[in-house]
Amino acid sequence: METLWFCLIALMLTVYVILDGFDLGAGIVHFCVARDDAERRRVLASIGPVWDGNEVWLLAAGGTLYFAFPLLYASGFSGLYLPLMIVLWLLILRGAAIEFRSHIAGPLWRPFWDFVFTAASALLAVFFGAALGNVVRGAPLEADGQFFLPLWTDFRPGPQPGILDWYTILVGLTAFLALAQHGALWVALKNEDPIRGRARRVAWLAWCGVAGMTLIVTGATFRVQPHVPERLSQQPWGLIFPALALAGLLWGMLLQRAGRDALAFLASCLYLAGMLASAAFGLYPYVLPSAGERQFGLTVYNTAAGPYGMRVALYWWIPGMLLVALYTWFVYRRFAGKVRLEEEGY
Amino acid sequence: MESALGLHRFHFAFTITFHYLFAQLSMGLALLILILKTMALRTSDEHYHRAARFWIRIFAITFVVGVVTGIPMEFQFGTNWSRFARAAGGVIGQTLAMEGVFAFFLESTFVGLLLFGEKRLSAKAHWAIALLLWLGTWLSAYFILATNAWMQHPVGYKLAPGGEAELKSLWALLLNPWLGWMFLHNQLGTVVTGGFVMAAVGAFYLLSGKHQAYGRTFVRLGVTSAGVASLLMLFPTGDMQAKNVARHQPAALAGMEGMFETVRGAPFAVVGQPDMEKLRMDNPLLIPGFLSFLAYGDWSAEVKGLRAFPRDQWPDQVPLLFYSFRIMIGLGVAFIIVCLVSWFKLWRGRLFQSRGWLWVLLVTAPFPFIANTAGWMAAELGRQPWLIYGVTRTAEGASFNVSGANALFTLMGFTGMYAVLAILFLYLSGREIDHGPEPQADAGDNLPH
Repeated sequence: METLWFCLIALMLTVYVILDGFDLGAGIVHFCVARDDAERRRVLASIGPVWDGNEVWLLAAGGTLYFAFPLLYASGFSGLYLPLMIVLWLLILRGAAIEFRSHIAGPLWRPFWDFVFTAASALLAVFFGAALGNVVRGAPLEADGQFFLPLWTDFRPGPQPGILDWYTILVGLTAFLALAQHGALWVALKNEDPIRGRARRVAWLAWCGVAGMTLIVTGATFRVQPHVPERLSQQPWGLIFPALALAGLLWGMLLQRAGRDALAFLASCLYLAGMLASAAFGLYPYVLPSAGERQFGLTVYNTAAGPYGMRVALYWWIPGMLLVALYTWFVYRRFAGKVRLEEEGY
Repeated sequence: MESALGLHRFHFAFTITFHYLFAQLSMGLALLILILKTMALRTSDEHYHRAARFWIRIFAITFVVGVVTGIPMEFQFGTNWSRFARAAGGVIGQTLAMEGVFAFFLESTFVGLLLFGEKRLSAKAHWAIALLLWLGTWLSAYFILATNAWMQHPVGYKLAPGGEAELKSLWALLLNPWLGWMFLHNQLGTVVTGGFVMAAVGAFYLLSGKHQAYGRTFVRLGVTSAGVASLLMLFPTGDMQAKNVARHQPAALAGMEGMFETVRGAPFAVVGQPDMEKLRMDNPLLIPGFLSFLAYGDWSAEVKGLRAFPRDQWPDQVPLLFYSFRIMIGLGVAFIIVCLVSWFKLWRGRLFQSRGWLWVLLVTAPFPFIANTAGWMAAELGRQPWLIYGVTRTAEGASFNVSGANALFTLMGFTGMYAVLAILFLYLSGREIDHGPEPQADAGDNLPH
């Protein structure tokens, strides 16, 4: 049951990264692909009806994590207090930027919110990557499962690390590049030239960065978290996850060269899913390893809620998520095809 | 308040209070928009369609602020209240996750369609979207109130050896006897807010001599809905809620009333100042026997005073609790009077010409926000010193690993951030109100982005 919920939460977070990833990525590449107000409006219209729903996946995953692994939620959220609060502020600013930009057609108003949108999106990508890096590297857990991480110490992932060290910054940069690519591909898919042409060039540049960083980060991960190579050597079938990521990466290259935007976007989804699944597989059964004493690490077993709650939650979670799939299908279907600006709202 | 615990408490109180200013308005407006859409559908009158579109624009701005200030709430259980999250997550994590899965997805999917989908949907389908959005926002409230009801009156759980609460019955959690009246009372409160805001915008139009037809519609619908909701808030929902407090939280009741001695036929203090040094009420204005009647339906019933409880079980902010409760009740009664007078004037056909009374409606708009906030303060301060009533103390729930300095830093950050949001909200909604419901050539380019 613990393992099942671990997989379901990993799945929800993967869906979150794939969906909110493209609208964060659209924010990152916003200024690179769109030169004037009309073009920027197209970029925003490419994510307009869906970004809020995409973000809900984060909340739903957070809520699910809360009831299934309350100790992990309590320990992780309080230990990562400062970066989480910064993430919250960035989410607030970004939401305000997307929604308030259109209200006034002023020469100062719109560029200001465009800048906020891009800056918040870029920083969020880096912070989410760094957060993943922190989980992989582990935290200085005490015997009671608590910790508190400062924003940085000496930038080294030793026994007293900070949120930002060379490893987590590397993961953050990888996430930034991967989401830039993901978002650029989405924008290319939803728009015509000249936005599409620029987005394709950005995606290709990002691809080169992603390919290089993937190699570096994988090597660094094996060094920083020895549990990951141990897991892979004990259960070699898990190599399928990094293989999927690699397939997504290489397939993405071919499809981008061939100008197949939709398939290249799917390849990018596959890459993100493969990377996240690799991380989840590599860490299991840990959910937050210890950077110091190994036995203090948090696992799916020592953080789980009671068995009744885990079991009964399946009865509402499964129908609930089927409904969610239905809404998601409905809204993406209505929103299919290239962006058309003549669709009027109020 | 400089202690870490005090800062964590203030952090949560400040962010939830600010969030709820917007959440209550969107929940109230969601119902009023549905009513306007229903009238539009039944009469096929463009007037009601435009009225609905106008309020959907206001709703959209409110909803955005509600959403972005709502996200920090879910995080704060873990960030600032990690001991509590650990002790209670197995239970209230369920309701919080259900809110995400059942309500948030519904809202986020359909708010976009409500805003941008009217041209591409039939009138009936667009009405159905308004219905779903109203359901989504109220469902959200149900799950959050189920969470709060469990903290007020924990049911359906057992304590594990480590002190963590484990869920024993999901139905007990979702059908908590505390929850039903509280939910109705709270949701009616959102309708009072929505109704008075709508009436105030209508009064503003009538007083300033523009958009007169809409002004009349808004005033009429506003005072009707706010009036019905105000009456139902007093009876039966408020009455039953008070009886629940009397039955399950007698110390909270004594605190709300600032009552120190146990007496039969307890009086209700309309005003007064609880003196926490001398343990007595200063300058009271009393209605004899009324408190006994309110709490137990019997003018001579015995009501326990604070002295009947150990001092460490008294609510820790008795004067603030006492004032909050009185502000809520006082304003609630004032709303009923304002609405009854408005109904009378409406019936005599004089309301729309009565400039003096329209001014009253205009300046009433901020007060439902104050009344709802005061009501929540009464509920939450009354729960003290418990975080989970009778099980976990507030002092045991905060994150011990997050220092006061860190909490102060983020509290300051949120204060600044929310000041910006408040200014943006007032500016943008003020512009919409100024533009009015008629389609305008200069209302921007009317595009989603």
